[in-house]
Amino acid sequence: MTLCLQGRQLGCERDDRWLFSGLDIEINHGEILRVTGPNGSGKTTLLKILAGQLNDFSGALHWNGQPLSQVSEQFAANMLYLGHAPGVSAWLTPLENLAWYQALQGERGSEEQREAALARMGLQGLEDTPIGHLSAGQQRRVALTRLSLTPRALWVLDEPFTAIDQAGVDALEAQLAAHADAGGAVVVTTHHALNNARPLCHIALG
Amino acid sequence: MPSSDTTPQVAIVSESKAKPRLTVALRATLVRELSRMRRRRGEVLNPLVFYALAISLFPLGISPEADLLTAIAPGLLWVMALFATLLSLDGLFRSDFDDGSLEQMMLSPQPLAALSVTKVAAHWLLTGVPLAVMAPLLGVMLALPLHSYGVLMVSLALGSASLSLIGGIGAALTVGLPRGGVLLSLLVLPLYIPVLIFGSGAVQAAVVGDAVLPHLAMLGALLAAALIFAPWAIAASLRISING
Repeated sequence: MTLCLQGRQLGCERDDRWLFSGLDIEINHGEILRVTGPNGSGKTTLLKILAGQLNDFSGALHWNGQPLSQVSEQFAANMLYLGHAPGVSAWLTPLENLAWYQALQGERGSEEQREAALARMGLQGLEDTPIGHLSAGQQRRVALTRLSLTPRALWVLDEPFTAIDQAGVDALEAQLAAHADAGGAVVVTTHHALNNARPLCHIALG
Repeated sequence: MPSSDTTPQVAIVSESKAKPRLTVALRATLVRELSRMRRRRGEVLNPLVFYALAISLFPLGISPEADLLTAIAPGLLWVMALFATLLSLDGLFRSDFDDGSLEQMMLSPQPLAALSVTKVAAHWLLTGVPLAVMAPLLGVMLALPLHSYGVLMVSLALGSASLSLIGGIGAALTVGLPRGGVLLSLLVLPLYIPVLIFGSGAVQAAVVGDAVLPHLAMLGALLAAALIFAPWAIAASLRISING
């Protein structure tokens, strides 16, 4: 099965100012879409619209040919959104945070599975440390662990490279490329040039 | 970071696949809330300490005379429990809003109403129930007759569940505002009045030996109504707050 997220004539107005308008977007399987633009040009807003979070925009969104509002549950089960805030609770350990995210999908998962996923992200030994005691980069890595732990076809990532070290950036880039190769799709905003060889679609705002 | 061979062929979930199991998600949400609050004992103790302090000031400030205290005890115990609940409400969704978990909760395939009511249930377990258990101890200080302790606890346990649910609506509406606390009180207090009337009414009736069941039945009816309407109101309010 293929996936296709289409946006037709997308526009968004904030405080009497059009962030963008008349934007046509199509994301198919195997594609990486990179959204760029200066600060305040509406990248995060566009990603939130594409993730089905915002309703006050003009234009239409379609998921596999059907209006998004009609298939929102199915869309939610196929999409993983990581925003500016990593979405991990400072009072819980990485394992507890990930267990909750797995459970939101209706999966119980296993402790070994979560530990292995955290180890792949270079977080071994920190499984039981409350998130509040971790550095910003480590917190971001915990959030990014969800990419491999709760597999989804469409990834919508808002500045995923923030606070990640160089080795991590390279690995994450490789992970995005591998996801697209495996038939997934990625929408990503970043100020950092992605230097993998994949065909990359590009939208510049502002 | 994982090596590039970790991503298997990507599967797309279609409608034919069974719906994600709600009970797993709800249980995990409850466990998450309880373990989060276990590490933030101060926040759990705050309303209880407030309740104890506020009640213990009344015999000192008004008069230690037993007859007078007995007459005002039901109202005092209920009004202060209401304020203690109000004090704890602001944090209900705040930290989840700040760290982005609330956003993720909205995007999950589970119904937001069910997830947020689970959070409210955890709030009740850690605020309403302890207040109800503690109230008889404070009743001693207010010369409340021994035979009314049972009704006091039952009325507080029932009533505080309504308070948590109604308060959840206010907390959800004000979660996006930097200083939502005052607005939250203004929004929620009018809706608390019926609960207060029947709650303190039940205790009053128990003190003078009247029938308490009608009052408790009304509290139960209010809770039933809150259980029906609050989940949807909380979910809708959260959506407004996050998209606003």
